[in-house]
Amino acid sequence: MSEAVSTASTRPATRARTRVGRGALVDGTLNVFSHGFLVLWALMTALPLLWAALSAFKSDDEILSDPWGLPSELRWSNFSRAWTHGHIGLYFLNTGIVLLGSLTLTMLLGATAAYALARYEFRGNRLIYFAFVGGMMFPVVLAFVPLFFVVRNAGLLDSLPGLMLVYTAYSLPFTVFFLTAFFRTLPTAVSEAALIDGCGPFRLFFRVMLPMAKPGLISVGIFNFLGHWNQYLLPVVLLKNDDKYVLAQGLAALAVSEGYRGDYSRLFAGLTLAMLPVLVVYAVFQRQVQAGLTAGQMK
Amino acid sequence: MRHGKYPLLLAFLLPPLAIYGYFVVSPYAQTFLVAATDWQGLSPDYNFVGLDNFKRLWHDEYVWNALLHNVWLLLLLPVLTIALSLFLATMLNVGGRGGRGTVRGVRGSGIYKVVYFAPQMLSVSIIGVLWTQIYDPRGGLLNGLLRAVGLDGLAQVWLGDPNFAFWALLAVMVWSNVGFYVVLFGAAMQAVPRDIYEAAALDGAGRTRTLLRITVPLLWDTIQVAWVYLAIIAMDGFAIVQIMTRGGPDFSTDVVGERLYDTSFGESKFGYGSAIGVVMFFLTLSITVLALRVTRRERIELS
Repeated sequence: MSEAVSTASTRPATRARTRVGRGALVDGTLNVFSHGFLVLWALMTALPLLWAALSAFKSDDEILSDPWGLPSELRWSNFSRAWTHGHIGLYFLNTGIVLLGSLTLTMLLGATAAYALARYEFRGNRLIYFAFVGGMMFPVVLAFVPLFFVVRNAGLLDSLPGLMLVYTAYSLPFTVFFLTAFFRTLPTAVSEAALIDGCGPFRLFFRVMLPMAKPGLISVGIFNFLGHWNQYLLPVVLLKNDDKYVLAQGLAALAVSEGYRGDYSRLFAGLTLAMLPVLVVYAVFQRQVQAGLTAGQMK
Repeated sequence: MRHGKYPLLLAFLLPPLAIYGYFVVSPYAQTFLVAATDWQGLSPDYNFVGLDNFKRLWHDEYVWNALLHNVWLLLLLPVLTIALSLFLATMLNVGGRGGRGTVRGVRGSGIYKVVYFAPQMLSVSIIGVLWTQIYDPRGGLLNGLLRAVGLDGLAQVWLGDPNFAFWALLAVMVWSNVGFYVVLFGAAMQAVPRDIYEAAALDGAGRTRTLLRITVPLLWDTIQVAWVYLAIIAMDGFAIVQIMTRGGPDFSTDVVGERLYDTSFGESKFGYGSAIGVVMFFLTLSITVLALRVTRRERIELS
């Protein structure tokens, strides 16, 4: 203790010593106190998720009579019932199809638009940029009514390709915003060298600039993957036929119907199945995910 | 290079602009037009009624009731979420103090961050369904806990009781957002030079003082961003309400977004629903501007 004071402090030693000394005593109890809070919040976050996973193995009776108890046996059949009769499997498939199209389209259109805006000067550049970025400001619920009719008039209601296009459109603001900033930071020397070597502008983009922008593309790709996977509001308005439901929407619908049927075990199994993929992705890529999601908010 | 510019610009900008204009810009713009009609949706016939929808809105007690809940959310959600996140982030990043007057993160802070952030991964429907089950009066986790510790009297029909439903929803919104801001604030705290905290510790500043006098001012930019985002979430709040309570019981958790949705798609009053949307649009816009204004301060440059 005294060692720390004498090396670290240029202040009158006695004053610092008493203060630090007292601080350390208080800190001992405070550490227990603060650790207590940290553990408490960790429990509050993790327990509900674990509870859902455990309840997925219980019988309806166990769920209702003993919410804190463990399942008496591992009832895997709950999962298969959720997958088939609860249509969770179909919802997974629909979500996968939509994501395949919407992510590809979002990344392609977002990257090309951002590149054009970041690296070329032309009249209306700023205007287009702000038109895109302004879209980030407003809750999507405001556009609901006209969007429903716009999509219906295009004959895309209740269709997965329609949903892909809508997801893409609503992801462009953030994607363009993020990637424009990213393309601006890339060095110009490389592209100039490529142009002098006779590389055309399109080739330059696909062969030189896109590979260079990989870290940015990964961040925004993770962001969009989660956004599209978890999207709930747009499908609720645009998909009415339950054959076409995506996962988030299907789960909410399942919760409503199971509430009437009292089949809680199937609901918990469905809930667990729906949570699993994102939590696995998160466990594997947690560093990139945290960086990707928080980076967007900081600009 | 010059002659090659326009083909690329056209190829790169036209497709995204077309999709964006068709599915995003035009619906937002049409909201304003539809709001001035009495359109009922089923037939293409409608009349322009000017500002009638807005006059009706002014006297619509259900809209006022819903708006009041948004205002409560607007006051409580950012304050609670930011305070809790700052507290936890401080504990994680500068909470551990060595005996040598040094400042460091608490042991195991990485694991805490991973756990705290997890709800951010989940869709609003998973969170809504999960918490509906937690609040379930019979088999729910919450009442189960209360009964287990002998507080049977406190067990409630959380989402079915107008006195509790709103607070239950607020708790879920705080729960699902805190982890994100712990990580966001944590990243910002990492950028603050360690010596500032060490100097404060040597000068005898306690944790609370360090938090209020050093961390908050240095993180002000980040807090401001958090405030704006949470304000937007509070003005919206539609998805979680739609999944958990649909505005009930007895309209005690109704929010403006839910009004818009019910009026439009439930009652097919698309004109009136859009008018609600227009009001919400301007409210969100002014709240964002206001939040940016009110929280504006001198930026502190870190060398």
